[in-house]
Amino acid sequence: MTEFLQLCFNGMSLGARYALVALGFVIIYRATGVINFAQGGLVAVGAYLTYAFSNGANLPFVLAVILAVACAGLLGAGIERTVLRHMVGEPVFAVIMVTIGLLFILEQAVTTIWGFDALNLDDPWGVRTVDVGGVVMAVRDLWALGLAAAIVVAFFAFFRYAKLGVAMRATAFDAEAALAQGISARSVYAVSWAISAGLAALAGVTLASGAAALTPTIGAIALAAFPAMIVGGLDSPVGAVLGGFIIGLTQALTAGYQQDIAPWLGDNFAAVMPYVVMILILLVRPYGLFGTKEVRRV
Amino acid sequence: MPKPHRYMTREYAHELRLFRTRSAKAWLAVLIAVWLLLPVFFADEFWLSILNYAGIAAIGAIGLNLLTGYTGQVSLGQAFFIGAGAYTAGQVGGELGLPLVLWLPAAGLFGAVVGALLGPFALRLRGNYLAIVTLGLVFLGEHLFRNLDSVTGGNSGASINAEVSLGPLDFNQLTIAGDEYLRNQSWFWLIWGVVLIFALLAKNITRTRPGRAIQAIRDRDVAAEIIGVELGRHKVWAFALSSGMAAVGGALYGAYQQFVSPDEFSLFLSIQYIAIIIVGGVGTIFGSILGALFLGGLPALIEEYSDSIPGVATTASDDGFISVFTLNQAIFGLLIVVFLVFEPRGLAAMWLRLKAYFKAWPFSY
Repeated sequence: MTEFLQLCFNGMSLGARYALVALGFVIIYRATGVINFAQGGLVAVGAYLTYAFSNGANLPFVLAVILAVACAGLLGAGIERTVLRHMVGEPVFAVIMVTIGLLFILEQAVTTIWGFDALNLDDPWGVRTVDVGGVVMAVRDLWALGLAAAIVVAFFAFFRYAKLGVAMRATAFDAEAALAQGISARSVYAVSWAISAGLAALAGVTLASGAAALTPTIGAIALAAFPAMIVGGLDSPVGAVLGGFIIGLTQALTAGYQQDIAPWLGDNFAAVMPYVVMILILLVRPYGLFGTKEVRRV
Repeated sequence: MPKPHRYMTREYAHELRLFRTRSAKAWLAVLIAVWLLLPVFFADEFWLSILNYAGIAAIGAIGLNLLTGYTGQVSLGQAFFIGAGAYTAGQVGGELGLPLVLWLPAAGLFGAVVGALLGPFALRLRGNYLAIVTLGLVFLGEHLFRNLDSVTGGNSGASINAEVSLGPLDFNQLTIAGDEYLRNQSWFWLIWGVVLIFALLAKNITRTRPGRAIQAIRDRDVAAEIIGVELGRHKVWAFALSSGMAAVGGALYGAYQQFVSPDEFSLFLSIQYIAIIIVGGVGTIFGSILGALFLGGLPALIEEYSDSIPGVATTASDDGFISVFTLNQAIFGLLIVVFLVFEPRGLAAMWLRLKAYFKAWPFSY
């Protein structure tokens, strides 16, 4: 039982990170209709910027994180302004590939500046753990869960009550009608990218902190967050968060039990489990659990 | 009545002709001559191997272009089918010891069948969803390659000793009329021969009724369905064909390299193929080949001349700020972005513009 609870906790804390990244995907998708493959690059940039501010410039960790999130946000808005704005109205395939190209550029920029070596983030959480009834919880995982929860609540409040949040929803619903109401679609697009990049940066920090080291492969989490987004439905923030936790949980449980139950599935099957879940769910519900069914008009 | 000018189109069939002008036929003859003579006069091992890899990539890229450029379905799954083809070559050509004329089609057939089986599931989805599901396919495929030890040799890879001979011609040690040729020279003939066949095949497919049907799907799937194109069936055969071509490319890749490991068939390979068709030109067969040559040759060029590029570290102890590998990856990303933003129709469009310019020269229109 303890083992099961432990695995569940691991899964939830992993899921919290997926949820952060997937929420970023959904925000950009809803505003601009783009699936942003460069999200992984932004995760890495955010984590490394935090490293630069806290270890390099010796700033307090909280300040370093805030600065890194702000810089990542600016970078996101800059990318939207310089590259993605040219792609409005281009085919889906072209836009996806542009973001893949951006991913390569961001990744190589990171390795050029900080190298391939594993770095240690100077975070206050360290390797400390809390023991709750036999379940060992790393402090950084608790923080990741707490942060994710706080951000999810903040987002739903933002989209419900803030003027900008409502403007973003309006643009996502019907860009032309929103324009007619005097909402600037341009600033909505830029803000969406900034928010999403900030979320990616935050996910990067929680991934690189504590016992984990900071390496350029940190962006790979975004690839596993795709299934989270798809499972929830491309355009549903609730779905993204739930999808993140579903994927995190199944992955952790697979890692724990698959060798005993189904060893014939091969080593390290947990790594591909998110894709299996995604494909199974898409077979039953082609638009994910909470996605809007696309209505095609002629 | 005087004969109309050769550029004048009077029937739909004229537009669809394989060779619309006499010079197109001449160009084909020139290309065939280059194919036959280049390895004889240009026996440089390094550049021939680059050209060979580019040719292998061109085969898979032609397939992907049929699916993405002509049918409009985004697939990131090409790497899986390339891997499947390579391992099929290893099994059918290496373990069973069957000849080239059997293992190459067998690999293509296997890829096409797997594609046809997966197609109906994947192609229910459109656009973004399809791209991400095929991305999942690559990860699952890589897992399969790593764990199916008896076929793929697991993580440590498998050597592929397929026999490569066509009648009296053995492409591993080719001897024609008493002259011995290098392995790279002989493989050049084989690989680019296959490229030529597939390019003509693909070009002809796009001229047929089903070929026009898939282009109708690309342009507007609802409209295509209304004029009587069965979406499901056409998408699935395009997917199967594209997978089969990828598998043929993969089989040649495995047999040429004589060794493959699962690391090679990762998402990055799929992205490379998409980059090839973007840089070359989406929706043109010719562009797939141009793109493969360009993206195959560029890293080699950079590696060859990295000493003279400022700021590039060729060895670990060098004090340049960027390594050759990093530079290559960054340029690769940059090329995708720059082409899509500034020249979405790729090198092929540049070429057509250049041709049009000279056709009208010295007038600008």
